[in-house]
Amino acid sequence: MKIRSLILLMLSISFFACSDKKGGPPSISIDGSSTVFPVSEAVAEEFMAVNPNVRVTVGESGTGGGFSKFSNGKIDINDASRPIKSKEDSACKANNIAYESFMVAYDGMAIVVHPSNTWCNDITVEELKRLWEPSARDSIMTWNQIRSDWPVEQIRLFGPGTQSGTFDYFTEAIVGTAKECRTDYTASEDDNVLVQGVAADKNAFGYFGLAYYNNNKDKIKAVAVINPKSATPVLPSIETVKNKSYSPLSRPLFIYVTDLALERQEVRDFIQFYIDNCAKLSESVGYVSLSVEELSIEEAKLAKFLEAHPVKTAQ
Amino acid sequence: MRRKEKFIEALLALCAGISVFTTVGILYVLVSESYGFFATVPLSEFLTDDQWTPLFADQHFGIMPLVAGTLLTTVIAIALALPVGLTIAIYLNEYAHPKLRKSVKPALEVLAAIPTVVYGYFALTVVTPFLQQIFPELAGFSALSAGLVMGVMIIPIISSLSEDALFAVPKSLREASYGMGATPFQTSFKVLVPAASSGIIVSVILAISRAVGETMIVAIAAGQQPNLTANPFVPIETITTYIVQVSTGDVERGSLEYKTIFAAGITLFIFTFILNNISFWIKKKFLQKYE
Repeated sequence: MKIRSLILLMLSISFFACSDKKGGPPSISIDGSSTVFPVSEAVAEEFMAVNPNVRVTVGESGTGGGFSKFSNGKIDINDASRPIKSKEDSACKANNIAYESFMVAYDGMAIVVHPSNTWCNDITVEELKRLWEPSARDSIMTWNQIRSDWPVEQIRLFGPGTQSGTFDYFTEAIVGTAKECRTDYTASEDDNVLVQGVAADKNAFGYFGLAYYNNNKDKIKAVAVINPKSATPVLPSIETVKNKSYSPLSRPLFIYVTDLALERQEVRDFIQFYIDNCAKLSESVGYVSLSVEELSIEEAKLAKFLEAHPVKTAQ
Repeated sequence: MRRKEKFIEALLALCAGISVFTTVGILYVLVSESYGFFATVPLSEFLTDDQWTPLFADQHFGIMPLVAGTLLTTVIAIALALPVGLTIAIYLNEYAHPKLRKSVKPALEVLAAIPTVVYGYFALTVVTPFLQQIFPELAGFSALSAGLVMGVMIIPIISSLSEDALFAVPKSLREASYGMGATPFQTSFKVLVPAASSGIIVSVILAISRAVGETMIVAIAAGQQPNLTANPFVPIETITTYIVQVSTGDVERGSLEYKTIFAAGITLFIFTFILNNISFWIKKKFLQKYE
């Protein structure tokens, strides 16, 4: 007990000792969505390989967590797996933080079950809603309550934690309101925990980002989601997200950057590099790249901004 | 010379003070931070609500599902560790050859030296799939698997301390028992165990408080779903797991959600504090003095 307290104390001291900043080479701080994180991390790595004097740090505290730092001016760039909310926007305004946003890739959300699950091959949006809406708590507990020919067995649910953009997006797309969701399921911010949970439980049912499904295809099985418009079941894949037939569980990913940061040369270079390379790098980490037209729109948006706001030379 | 002695004394006192100050500091942080929590959430709701969902839109702040998860894994762990640990202690003390005892005891204590994160993944990737062969309804994360592995982890606490207690029973008692014609089994259970009972009980209480505070094993293998249940086959969440989940997650510092971990922490602190005091009290009260 006492030894543990001591270790805690030492840890907290070393934590505070590390928190000083300023000085040193130019650096760019990125935080936000754990979904966008792999893209930003890949871009940052490539960027630092070309510009070894710039230090880019990428955190992953969730879209919401990132925006709260972003609106306080603590970070330069926020990775977001959904557009900024009006509440977050007014927080930025209150602190005089102006910003630009750029779309960088698409992500799909995969609905997954255990590989030995033979009954659940497709699911409708209504069935998903019935399973995940708040009133399902303690009432929708077995598979046959979703579809009557499914087995009378406990269904065990896995999903992202409440701070993740994936959670916000799923609840908004399925239940109708962001963050409205039943609460009796295993919620983790760590997608690997979810993969592990679904892979180990034949009655598991979960959802998370497409990239995590693509990387674990041997351990889990994807469920086709019936497209409400075409009424056909569509499996999640890079192709179906790209041609937009996998709906409604695919979404664009964004980066938000403050205008103040965009006045710094290293940030301008970085964002330019990001947009030039996000198509290639987003696919290498398992996401879906924007179309050529969409990319050129983002390119034009950046060019227009950079022209209107000349670089501020460092003092 | 005297000044040097004074200096050394001050240095030693400072070292001793560190642990006291740390405890006081932690207690202060726990109380002051959870004060803010209890200003918003009444204590009655904290103790009686049967849902713990502080991170969701529909917030409930009932600690009971977390307490239930903690107690469930602890009970499973003790149910395994007490019989096994005590048996080991009796075997080593009464039956095993002294040479064997000398080599087995340190080997047993190695169990306590395995990092708990290793135990956690052992539970998740080896024990759970094995148990699923026996109990097909067992979930991927479960109190059973985490509890059993935690039980293995605390075996050395019980066996080692109990063995010391048994060893400390005066020879005269043992010899008198054999002299009356008792078998080793009778001597162990009718004479030595009762005589060493205070030490054995203390070992169990220390093991319980270790199990209540254990974090990595349950965080990895028991799940993250607050669940007011006594069913060992389903995912649960312990107090410690919740604290890990929130403090490594994205909860905004200073928010009510953030303060919940201090409320959970103080609950945990009260638990282990009471247990440690009980063990202290038992040690004093039931210590059987011979000679």
